[in-house]
Amino acid sequence: MSVTSSRSSPVPLPRHRGCPFDPPEEYAGLREEGRATPLAFPDGKAGWLLTRYEDVQALLADERFSADRRRASSPVRSLPIREDDSRRVGSFLGMDPPEHTRYRRLLARWFTVRRIRGLLPDIEEIVTSRLDAMERGGPPADLVAAFARPVPSLVICQLLGVPYEDRADFQRWTFTLFGIDREEAELFAARDALWEYMRELVAAKRRRPDDALLSGLVHGADTAADADAPLTDDELTGVGLLLLVAGHETTANMLGLGTYALLSHPGQAALVRERPELADHAVEELLRYLTIAQFGTIRTAREDVGIAGVRVRAGETVVGSLAAANRDPSHFTGPDDLDVTRDAGQHLAFGHGMHQCLGQHLARMEMRTAFPALLRRFPALRLAVPPDQVPLRDDMLVYGVHRLPVTWDR
Amino acid sequence: MRVRVDRDRCRGAGRCVLAAPEVFDQSEDDGLVVVVDDRPPPALHERARLAARLCPNGVIATVDSATLDEDGRGTG
Repeated sequence: MSVTSSRSSPVPLPRHRGCPFDPPEEYAGLREEGRATPLAFPDGKAGWLLTRYEDVQALLADERFSADRRRASSPVRSLPIREDDSRRVGSFLGMDPPEHTRYRRLLARWFTVRRIRGLLPDIEEIVTSRLDAMERGGPPADLVAAFARPVPSLVICQLLGVPYEDRADFQRWTFTLFGIDREEAELFAARDALWEYMRELVAAKRRRPDDALLSGLVHGADTAADADAPLTDDELTGVGLLLLVAGHETTANMLGLGTYALLSHPGQAALVRERPELADHAVEELLRYLTIAQFGTIRTAREDVGIAGVRVRAGETVVGSLAAANRDPSHFTGPDDLDVTRDAGQHLAFGHGMHQCLGQHLARMEMRTAFPALLRRFPALRLAVPPDQVPLRDDMLVYGVHRLPVTWDR
Repeated sequence: MRVRVDRDRCRGAGRCVLAAPEVFDQSEDDGLVVVVDDRPPPALHERARLAARLCPNGVIATVDSATLDEDGRGTG
């Protein structure tokens, strides 16, 4: 039976995890059975799921597919998407060229490898001060509240020029926004609150410039004075929001879940603790192994497209599973093993194509600093609860742990 | 080996700079790729090819000298 003829029985996106570190078990079977799986979306529409590395990579590099969320069905939410959404301005992750190109080109210079390397002393200082505070306050501690969440929030606040004192608000709104079972009214309220917050911050930067990124964008100072018009305050608000949300939420979850994974693999944790030269490999491997963007990425065909052995019709949504692709045995040897000595640099955890993560080097720098420093400060770090009592974020767009109770020897 | 980039399609992800910093850099002005050594020595060929493979936008081409004509264009 061909994949196409099985179209009459689309399945919902697998969501149930057997092991906290592995994608849902169904993915392995689907990847074996065929290249494209007919997918049933909560809004009643049908589309496709791709699970093989080569196919997911091809999807994300193919400009016949749109990243515009307004066209797409969500694989985990049934919410209608508002066509005339003025609050979409600036959110370039869900845009296509030429709109996307304009934003990306204004921002790329702030996130180059060299520029991010320049932040290393600041990142080291932030990591050290959080470890000091954690040591003073425990044991025990919730590693998420004490370390995994504050480190990336402090870093992105400093980079953007956002007051860290405001974190309780923007972390709470982001938490709501990333929950998959939220009511529409809740989601829009959180999104509007974030918007108003950032809109005021943009206005404040216009009045009182500083040296940080947001102010730099507001004043267009030393930007690549090309033909692009400067960003409007609404556009700056959308850009600022995307950078703030992406900057604190994703890395926080990698630090929390990554620590949980390392504590559950003591041999791997020992390698990270004792062999500093493995830090880069360890970060790439944790990104691959954990792939916290658990339900995406999502693309919509602009025209009829042949991909992964099927014909996707114009308007249909295709989900490229980064998590499944990163466990594809035809691309990674022993893909279900966590092995911090392997070179996993070709993983798709940051996506692929034009939307590949803008902040990837910042995320890498934070992780390669934070994991070894944490494990060296607390060589006997361990869970303070049985593993099955660690609350998992399988109800969130970005996977991770809600809390990670840990203890250590004083 | 000759290294070429299609700068118009670059989005400044910077994977190439991580893979082969002796060959690629990012511009201070726009964050996009700059080739610092378009004829890298043999010791760097493997990493230049890795950079081409890792580039999320397929911007980088590496052409082995054996297939270059006298103008430096690839014939294969």
